[in-house]
Amino acid sequence: MAGKSLKGGSSLWPMKAPHALLLQGVALLIGGLVIGWFAQNAASNLARRSMELDFGFLGSVAGFSMPFQILSFAPTDTYFLALVTAFANTLLVSALGVITATVLGLGLGVLRLSRNWLLSTVSGAIIELVRNTPQLLQIVFWYVGVLQLLPLARQSLPFGDVAFLNIRGLFLPAPVGGPWSSALIIAFFASLALVPLARRYLAPESRRSGLFWLAPPLLLLALVLSIDGWSLPALKGFNFVGGMVLPPELVALWAGLSLYTAAFIAEIVRASVETIGKGQVEAAHSLGLKPWLTLRLVVLPQALRLMIPQMTNQYLNLIKSSSLGAAIAYPEIVQIFAGTVLNQSGRAIEVMVIVMGVFLIINLAASAALAQLNERVALKER
Amino acid sequence: MTKARRTLLKTMALLAGGVLISTSAMAQSIPAPGPTVEAIKKRGELNCGVDAGIPGFAFQDASGAWKGFDVDYCKALAAAVLGDPAKVKYVGTTAKVRFTVLQSGEIDVLVRDSTLTFARDIDLGLTEVAVNFYAGQGFMVRKSLGVNSAAELNGATMCMLTGATLELNIADFARSKGTTINSLLFEKSEEAFAAAESGRCDGYSDDTGSLAAARSTMKVPDDWMILPEVISKEPLGIHTRDGDYRWSDIVFWVDAGLKTAEEFGITKENVDEKKGSNDPFVRRLLGLEGDFGKKLGLDNEAFARAIKAVGNYGQIYDASFGPKGLGLPRGINNLWNQGGLHYPLPFR
Repeated sequence: MAGKSLKGGSSLWPMKAPHALLLQGVALLIGGLVIGWFAQNAASNLARRSMELDFGFLGSVAGFSMPFQILSFAPTDTYFLALVTAFANTLLVSALGVITATVLGLGLGVLRLSRNWLLSTVSGAIIELVRNTPQLLQIVFWYVGVLQLLPLARQSLPFGDVAFLNIRGLFLPAPVGGPWSSALIIAFFASLALVPLARRYLAPESRRSGLFWLAPPLLLLALVLSIDGWSLPALKGFNFVGGMVLPPELVALWAGLSLYTAAFIAEIVRASVETIGKGQVEAAHSLGLKPWLTLRLVVLPQALRLMIPQMTNQYLNLIKSSSLGAAIAYPEIVQIFAGTVLNQSGRAIEVMVIVMGVFLIINLAASAALAQLNERVALKER
Repeated sequence: MTKARRTLLKTMALLAGGVLISTSAMAQSIPAPGPTVEAIKKRGELNCGVDAGIPGFAFQDASGAWKGFDVDYCKALAAAVLGDPAKVKYVGTTAKVRFTVLQSGEIDVLVRDSTLTFARDIDLGLTEVAVNFYAGQGFMVRKSLGVNSAAELNGATMCMLTGATLELNIADFARSKGTTINSLLFEKSEEAFAAAESGRCDGYSDDTGSLAAARSTMKVPDDWMILPEVISKEPLGIHTRDGDYRWSDIVFWVDAGLKTAEEFGITKENVDEKKGSNDPFVRRLLGLEGDFGKKLGLDNEAFARAIKAVGNYGQIYDASFGPKGLGLPRGINNLWNQGGLHYPLPFR
């Protein structure tokens, strides 16, 4: 009896096993019925209004063009490819945002804790300013207030005749791929994913499996060697032609998302660091460690572990907020798919279902990955 | 009669009724005025879908009252069907939801500067009832670019609003000319104007009606010019749901009635005097001959009430787009005998 009560004591509502099973069964049944009823209701309402769910429109020709894409997309491609291209643009800005927000957030958080009055005050001021203003406003500020002050195309700032900065973006020389380049790009990214797997499963005990890590740099070298030449941007007509461009929409959205999330991450860093017992720091000091080494070797490794669950939230928020790019003409999935495609095809319900599904998948994947990381670094009580 | 037999008889009767109903549905005949009008009468007001806010077509003034060209169409319909132009519930719709709201039955009719197209007619199960405003997409560019025609825009970037088919028209135009024109899509006009103003785009693109309004909001309107070409046809008009052709007929003929009224000089002010006219078209329109209103399932005064409520087509146009409104020349929105495209079918 004592054992049982101990076991149940940690749950929210302690009860006996068969009883619990019965109640859970009933709850599951009711939940299932309610969901079934919703689905049935929606389906019959749609049918009554002669609107059936039909995803066939994804195969139709899109007809519009996108101002910026990392995959290739032409107006004669289908709606489905428009979805994939816009999805890639969303992933791009989310990935860039997550990386810079983390670096910036860690930096701001550590500076906030600094004993240097100037550093901690400046960092605190930035954090408070960013944290307490609306995110959309910040993104529009970066776009309209900062990047639109750049010079016009015909008065660009040149960087040694190969790169140009103007209001249309940063124009850089682009490598022109040779016959093997695309295969090598795929091989490079595949090697990044496959090497850790190969090390873990093929040769778990072998010390020499570290040599596998030579593959990615070698592939990268081969990729660089396979390049045929460079395409340089040059002013032609209205704009620069050739090379590649980093458009201001991407930069503004990237800056807006990173800085906003960084401010919250900085606070998470501060909270986590302050949670680490004072005794740890004093012990480190008494061993003769300098403050920076104490932070790097003793405090941060423990604090990082505490941060992960909260960081997950911030990352998921950042990914969802990437849809704010619609306000400043960044062609991400909400603007292109839930805007242009929805409007052209008129398939409102299908489009919204797809967009929600896509965000759900991105966020569940990100959340699962971080949960796994959390499990790996969590304190294991033995 | 046993209970079982009674049940059997009942079922058979029901089945027979069901067959009857389904055959009549097959013959596609709905008695006038049709289920939509019956629902409107029962409800006591017309649910009219309009734009959530665009000068000229539909917007709310400081007191919250709806005003505009499309709003006047709602009033005319309410006056014809219900006898009172005030009995309208306006539903402001965004570009994204407008057709879903109509399909779902939340509104009876959509009068929302929406282009009538094949896809909306066939794919969305709607009826393209009538064109009430002929527009087209154009470009506004900086004079300093030295561009005089849309054909010279190869490689240019245009700012525009999302939610219409502007980007599709531009891509179609560029494809037909073998050129490229980039389009940057903004959710709100403020950001789009700011981007065009700052030089992020070479120009701004919208329907001809809205371009004039956009030019007037630029810092120095004289720095900008509207290119002469119109790259798309935008017949803006009225949508109804498929399934009740009686209601579509009524909407169609109310539109024709407003245009016919202008043709025969019938105005808001003189509609009662005109009842003394000898012109057969005037007499039919005003319900003195021919029972045209009754044949639609309304009463013979229906058209006269609509005209009295909002005026004829020209008066409706002038109230919103005339010199006192946005100052848009009538151009192709004149009647056919004035060099325009509006050609109402005859009342006979």
